[in-house]
Amino acid sequence: MSQQILSKTAERSTTYRAPGLIAVVSGVGLIFALVGDGFWDAMSWLAVGLPLAVAAWVWWPLSALKQKTTPTRASRVLD
Amino acid sequence: MTNSALRKWSWVHKWSSLVSTVFLLMLCITGLPLIFHHEIDDLLHEHAQPVAVSPGTPSANLDGIMEKVHQRYPGKAIQFLAWDDDEPGVLLWFINDRVDSDPQTNRIARYDANTGAFLDEPDFNGRFTTILYRLHTDMFAGLSGKLFLGLMGAFFVAAIISGIVVYAPFMRKLKFGEIRQSRARPVRWLDWHNFLGIIVVAWMLVVGGTGILNTWADLVVKIWQYTQLTEMLGDGKDKPAPTKLASIEDAVKLARGKLPDMEPQTLAFPGTIFAGPAHYVVFFKGNTPVTSRLLKPVVIDAETGAFTDTRDMPWYVTALLISKPLHFGDYGGMPLKIIWAILDLVTIIILITGLYLWIARRRVPAGQALEDGASYSIAERVPT
Repeated sequence: MSQQILSKTAERSTTYRAPGLIAVVSGVGLIFALVGDGFWDAMSWLAVGLPLAVAAWVWWPLSALKQKTTPTRASRVLD
Repeated sequence: MTNSALRKWSWVHKWSSLVSTVFLLMLCITGLPLIFHHEIDDLLHEHAQPVAVSPGTPSANLDGIMEKVHQRYPGKAIQFLAWDDDEPGVLLWFINDRVDSDPQTNRIARYDANTGAFLDEPDFNGRFTTILYRLHTDMFAGLSGKLFLGLMGAFFVAAIISGIVVYAPFMRKLKFGEIRQSRARPVRWLDWHNFLGIIVVAWMLVVGGTGILNTWADLVVKIWQYTQLTEMLGDGKDKPAPTKLASIEDAVKLARGKLPDMEPQTLAFPGTIFAGPAHYVVFFKGNTPVTSRLLKPVVIDAETGAFTDTRDMPWYVTALLISKPLHFGDYGGMPLKIIWAILDLVTIIILITGLYLWIARRRVPAGQALEDGASYSIAERVPT
């Protein structure tokens, strides 16, 4: 019983690990461009754009698969 | 999380989304071109350009330009003078029938700050971007429209937070970023909805939250008027309007002397919402990316031209001013604007897939995989 709960909480913590990291990076990136110009602007583009890069990373292989109409189950795993 | 807690969160997610989705779609669609309103206006409308001058050229005397403005608009009142943020060397004069007329009906005359010459009076009414802006901010319904959209924003924030909570049970058997591509469309779209929703959470919360703050702008100005502005004016708050105004050139010069590291941004004439009945208020902005968004008022007696007071804005005005760029995305150059636009499109996808999932769920007979109460367990049932 306690083992089950333990494994459940462990599962929960990994569920939010990647999204939490993305949220922190993109959230802090929103402040970067306020802080300064030039370098800070570029940092904000990278940080705020991170979710888009992750989305493209997932979407790209799926769309390639779709075109080939391969019946295999496509799942892109990031971590 | 217990099943009943989960059911409650799902209920919050469903209803906060359903109530606000139509308005959020409208906000996302009208907001998308507004990210580029400056570029669109430049493309669609001709603008007279100021004469190019070498840096350090002294500006024309403000009193002299004001004289010209009065000649061009006889019998009219000037409410504000603004130094154009986007176009240095351009002065904007806000003109209306009376000094206390509704600023929303102001005409804006552009003048060359260096030569003092009249440039043009662009008609912002009927512009594509103006219509979108009104739809986006108040749906042409004034303050009540703003506050209503603010409420929709609050539902949006509730939907995001409940979405974060219900994300975990959905993902129990799925890895981050996993899309079950070979499954039926409701499952695929559910995966996309969850994945896209969770990765843009921070941006949506910031843009949603700052959007809500912006709907309170009129109220914030009112509070500032009744508190800090009244305090700064002191006895001057009951002073009658002067028959002859003191030099604005001298007023700005005097105010500049008090804040040497800042630049004048707007001068409010006596009797307007941002000034006293007999005082000018000159608002200064800083010259770094952050401080250029913040304002500091300097109060000058409009009869004697004497310095009256200057103070830092209260925190709630500062919060409002900082929230603006964070909502518009106009503070990090063109790349940030493009990222903002794509994130806006992603939000539209999340809204549409969410709506689709609700409809699809209703079509499926109760007790089947996608029925609401059991929806969180779909991830467990599907073999992975």
